Parts: sequence; structure tokens; C-alpha cells
Amino acid sequence: MSDPFPTLRRRGFLALAGGLALAGCASTEPAASGPRAGGRLRAAFAGGGAKEVLDPHMASLFVEAARAKALYDKLADFGADLTPVPRLAEKWEPNADASVWRVTLRQATFHDGRPVRAADVLASYARILDPKRAFRAKASLAVIDLKASRAVDDRTVEFTLSRPYVEFPNVLATFSAYITPESTEDFTKPVGSGPFSFVSFAPGRSTLLKRYPGYWEGAAHLDELEFVLANEESARVNALLAGQVEYAHDLSPVTARAHEAGGRVKILRSPNSGIQAFAMKVDRPPFDNRDLREAMFLLADRPQLVESVLSGSGQVANDLYGKGYLHYADDIPQRTRDLDKARFLIKRAGAEGLKVPLNTSEAATGFVEAATVFADQAKQAGITIEVAVGDKDTFWADTLKNGSLSSFRSGAMPIESHVSQRLLSKSTTNVTKWARPEFDAMYDKAVSTLDSSARDSVYREMQRTLHAEGGYLVWGFADWVVGTSAAVDGVLTAPANSLDWARFDRVWLR
Amino acid sequence: MAAVSLGRYTGRRLLLGLVQVLAVLVAVFLLVEALPGDAAVALAGDNPDPARVEAIRAAMGLDQPLVTRFGEWFLGLLRGDLGESLVSGRPVAQFLADGLPTTLLLAGLTMLLLVPSSVLLGVFVARRAGGRADRVVTAVTIGLHAVPEFALAIVLVALFGVRLGWLPPTALGADPLADPAVLVLPVLVLLARPLCAVTRLVRAAMVDALASDYVRHARRLGLSRARVDYAHALPNALAPAVQQLARTTDWLLGGVIVVEAVFVIPGLGTSLVDAVAGRDMPVVQGLAVLFGVTTVLVNLLADVAAFRLAPRAGSAA
Repeated sequence: MSDPFPTLRRRGFLALAGGLALAGCASTEPAASGPRAGGRLRAAFAGGGAKEVLDPHMASLFVEAARAKALYDKLADFGADLTPVPRLAEKWEPNADASVWRVTLRQATFHDGRPVRAADVLASYARILDPKRAFRAKASLAVIDLKASRAVDDRTVEFTLSRPYVEFPNVLATFSAYITPESTEDFTKPVGSGPFSFVSFAPGRSTLLKRYPGYWEGAAHLDELEFVLANEESARVNALLAGQVEYAHDLSPVTARAHEAGGRVKILRSPNSGIQAFAMKVDRPPFDNRDLREAMFLLADRPQLVESVLSGSGQVANDLYGKGYLHYADDIPQRTRDLDKARFLIKRAGAEGLKVPLNTSEAATGFVEAATVFADQAKQAGITIEVAVGDKDTFWADTLKNGSLSSFRSGAMPIESHVSQRLLSKSTTNVTKWARPEFDAMYDKAVSTLDSSARDSVYREMQRTLHAEGGYLVWGFADWVVGTSAAVDGVLTAPANSLDWARFDRVWLR
Repeated sequence: MAAVSLGRYTGRRLLLGLVQVLAVLVAVFLLVEALPGDAAVALAGDNPDPARVEAIRAAMGLDQPLVTRFGEWFLGLLRGDLGESLVSGRPVAQFLADGLPTTLLLAGLTMLLLVPSSVLLGVFVARRAGGRADRVVTAVTIGLHAVPEFALAIVLVALFGVRLGWLPPTALGADPLADPAVLVLPVLVLLARPLCAVTRLVRAAMVDALASDYVRHARRLGLSRARVDYAHALPNALAPAVQQLARTTDWLLGGVIVVEAVFVIPGLGTSLVDAVAGRDMPVVQGLAVLFGVTTVLVNLLADVAAFRLAPRAGSAA
């Protein structure tokens, strides 16, 4: 999100680090005990300032996602390997060709005591799919034929899809597809079915929630949960160190490294949370040349990028999305640097002495640093990469249309969603312009194959193609770093936006 | 005679101020238009599906021509309606009402401390011009003035907030009224540079005034040193300082963005940064109105005050 002073925050941190190294004090770990009820947890997130809203279908920032998760439920959510886990839906059953899905709802209630019914589910999805609106989850839900779908009874929904779709549970778990009570349009006092109910909201400052005793999964341990906003990472760390908050979201790897041993705060890392990549557009020169793309893959020094840009808080990637997720092709050997072969391929592509701009911006932490390091690495293979830093507020829209090489990052989503949103001819955010009828056909085959091992082998085949000649040079997987005070327990580590990420109903204060 | 010309002077300046505010509004509107992208693009973020961006644009009315959008907004302004945020749909007046008290509190506290301390310090060293105290204060004020706000803020936070734990390092989640300790560090940072600037201005003007003919004359008449310095020299020396104070007020109200960011103070500066990043035109314009009017009024007051203090200085403006 918005990060107006990225250099300031690094400098701020360095100034602090010296002082803190001296200030660290030893802590004694008390004997492990079970969860304790009570207390208020204050969680600091980066925010969107006064423009943030409580409408869960409009969530796009991490704080909005975390708050929506506390107040609302989705039918399903993603586990650590990005497979859908039942939530408000107790179970789902497809018909023979996976074109009709019967979803049974759990016995759950909204905060005002009303039961969660099939009608609420259908109304929530209808709201997201409203042709006049532009909610984020709309594209994912578009596979549902709403007119043909119906409420069988209060706790059973029958979704009719526009085509057979085995991965339909991914849709139920999709980002921001929350269930709101039927015909809700006013979110000033939101009513959900989540583990916390609404108390107060000051846009850009704080949101206070309290435990909902009737939560279907058992009441939360905390009495109260307060979200506070600090866009500067240094401010989040300082507030945590001074005891102004008990949980600080999204810390830098440098901060993590400095405070890990101090004992004043706990540092938690969630692996495989974000992919770090460079996107080459395959539909235009120079990267319409397959040899040149492979050369780029080979000249990248991934360990160096991970060490310098992620400060070691991450892992080397293999030009593929979704390490550790369901269907990930872990049998493809890890690509390593081979400058000689890269030079040979550059020569064969007739691209010797190539000069190409790399479009980047401050839209995400580490973008410009990664671009600079990569430019250095490319120089050793005789390619001149000119780092072009653009506007951070419009970067994502710009990178979709313009240029041929750009910085890229993504949060966690199933590999199937990554493919359908970014790698099909009709994908809406296809940054690499990867559009191949035979690849589209493989995707269609995968999502209509009921047998899971047969499906898995289609996904692996698709990934072999992408690994050999795709447009994403995925160089690293970043850990997600959060810090908590020593008194906080029960914080789970999981990829950002998955079920166990920012899950405050399982957290307690000692 | 002085009263009549003061009234006409004020009227002329008010009219000029109205024109200035109008010019600022048009300029701000055009400048934000000139930034790449619009609110729809900024809101779509990392999911810039072109069809979705188009739908957001239509929902926000951004498909209307530039003149239409400015015209509608301006007609609303004449009715006292600042419009609604494109992004959140909340009234712009609400944004201002949310950010203003905090910013006013910060700015007010800073001014409250700034005026007496800088004037007293300036006069103190001017009366000892060339002495050791003067040299020390001169060195410190020049040095401190050169330190950017963020650097000073970081040092103070690291030392007093985190290392010593004497003061809260941020205002995160705190109500400044209930817990004034959170304001100490931000006010210190805000105070540092204007204090240096105003002290040096007062000192320089006071040194001039003390060396002037009328002060020498007053001394020859046998008036006490304190009376001459404070009753006769100081008012003349204050005129440039008052104008500098007006500029400081603008700067404070504009929200010292860095200070608000470092200390997590949700004031008007933060609102402005967010609104520009989100291309949220009605909010940007609402803030422009507020800042424009404030700037004009504060400078008007300063000029009138300077006119009263030293009529020669004012008539030139």
C-alpha cells in the first residue's frame, strides 16, 4: 500500500538499530499454558488513510482484509497450501460433471442474532456480481449462473455454473467474497457472522471490535480487538517496542533481523507469502524471442536477489508461481545462474548489446532495489537494463499496457486462480500477454477433470511450459513478517490472505 | 487617518485574497488532472482489469468532461457543499472535520510556544549582540535549522521514545486530548525550525532597531534601557517576525506531512497525501479551499498587524 517515504523508513530504522542493540533485555519464557480469555489486542497495520471503508466487498488493503475477516465469514477460506477449507459452508458436493454444486451451510448466526441463510449467501453474491458495480471478487464469481442458482432450503444453496468447474471451492474462498445479511447496503455499523462484532470506527485511525460470544467456531479469546493504522513501518515497530500496540503487521526483513534476538518483541515469519518477479511481455520485442527469455532466466542470480532485496527473509524461486501450494510442480529442477549459456542464447537471439527499460516504481517494497540489482546482473551478460521508476499510484494499470519488462509481485492465491486471472487469452490482468490457445485448452481440461491426480498432471504440464518459455521471471518468495509483544500467544504463520493469516480469534494475551 | 487607510487596505487585500483562492482551486484541479491515472485507476490497485477500471470510472462520474466536473463541484461549493469523496463516498466536510482538530491542536500548541520563546530569545541575544551568548545561540539556531524534520524526529523517537521510554514514540491509537504526552515529541520537532528562523529574524531586526536614531534619541532623553528596548525598539523589530509567523502558520496547517507520518498523527497533511495518492479530487479540492482561505486570512492578519506595528512596512505591500 501507500508508502510515501520508503527511503525515510529505512534510514529511520538504521538510526534506531544502533540504539536498540544496546537496549535489548533478556526475557524469561514462562511455562507454556493454555489460552486465556480477556484483554484488548491492538494491532497496527498500514492503512489507506481516511478513504478506507467497512464494506467487506470493497476490501483491498491488508487492514481491510483483516478487519473483514474478523467481522465476516466467507463460505470457505484457503489453508496454508492454498486448498479451500470449509468455513460457513459445512460441505460442498458437485454433480457428476461439476457444473452444479450443492453447498450446505453451517448453523451460524449474524451478530444481531439472525441465522445465516441460503438467501443471505445468494444476496451477497448477487451484490458482488451486480453489473453496475465493480467489486474485486466479481471476475472470480462470474462462473456462477445466478439466475439458475437457488436456495434449496435455509441451509442449502445450489449453485449452477455456466460451465463445469472442478475448482469451484476456490471461488467460495476468493478474496473479499464475504457473506453479508440480505439486502445490506449500509456498512456504517456492519453486521457479520465473524468472531468479532462492531463497536466503533474512525476512518484512518482505529476500528474497535468486541468478541461475538455466539460465533459458530467458538468465541474468540480476546475481549476486544482494535485495528490502528500506521503507514510508516518504523512507526509500527516503535509502537510495538514501546507497548502502544501488541501486534505489528508487515515488518521489513531488516527490522526482523534486528529484533529477533532482542527478546523485547516476537518476530513471526510466514513463508511463501509473496512472489517476487520480473514480467516480460511475450507479445512484443524484444521478449517475443524465446531464446532471449530463457537467457534472462539464466542470467538472474536468485540467491543474490533474495539476500540483498529480501534480506534473507525469503526463498529462491524457480520462475513458477505458488511454491508449496496445491499442484505446484516441485519436480522441475531449480534453475541456477549460467552466464555462458545466457550469453550464447543472447547471441542466438541476435540481442547482443540489447538495451531495454525495466519499468518499476515504489508500488511495492523492494521493487526499485530488486530492479537495480537485476540490472547489475544483466550487465554481466552484456544486456543493458535501464531502471525506469514510474508513478506508484498508477503502476499496476501502467504495467498492464505499457513497456516490455517490469517489476511484479503477487500475494497468495491458488495456482488455478493465478492461471485464470493472468495467463489465459481472456485473462483480465495478463501482464506477460501470455496468450496461447493450447495453454487455454489445458486449463479448461484441468478445471473439468474430476480425477485429482489426472488434474494434477495437467497443472504440472502447464507449469513445465511456463518454466521453459513463460514471461514471469519469478526469482523469490518473500516471507511475511509480523511482530508481536512478548505477551501475545496463538499467532499463526500462514501465507498472507490465507485462513490463518491475521486470524485474531485464535490469539490470546498472557 | 490611519484607521481609514487601514480599512481600505484590508478591503483591497480581502478582494485580492478571493481571487487568489479561486486561482489556487483552478490550479489544484488542473494539477491533479495532470497526474497520471485517475481515482478509478488508483482504486483498482494491483487488479487493474480494464473493464473493472471502466466500471469504477463510470460509477464515479469520471467519464464526464473536465469542465463539467469542475463546474458541478464549484456550484456545490457556492452552496456550501464540498461534495463527497470519490473513493469512500463520505462527505468531504467530514474529512476536514476529522483532520482539523488534531492539526489545529498541533499547530496551536506550536504557535503558543513559538511566539514567546522566539521573541524573548531573539531580544535576549540582540541585547547582547556579539557576545558569547549571541554566538552560541546563533550557532545552535543555524545548525538546528539545517536539520530536516524527519531526521530530528527519528533521533528524538529513538532516544526518548524507544531507548529511554520517557515519551510515547507515536500517537498510534491514542487520543491526544486524553493523553497529551503523545504530542510532546511532535511539537518539539515542529517547533525546532520555526524557532530558529523567527529568533534570527527578531534578533536581526532588533539589532537594527537598537542602532537606530530614534532609539538613540530615546536613550538620550533618559528613558530606562528596558523601556526603550521593549516599548520602542521591539514593536518595530516585530514586523518581519509577524510575517514569518504567518508563513509558519500556513506551513503548520498544511500539516507537516513528515511529522504526521512519523508520529502517526491523522491530521490534514495525512489526508492530503492520501487524497492525492488516491486521485480523490473532491477531497483534494476541499483541502485546497481550506488551505487557500486560511493562507489568505492569516497573511492578511499578519500584514494588518505589521501595518499597525510599523506603518511604513505595511504601506509598501
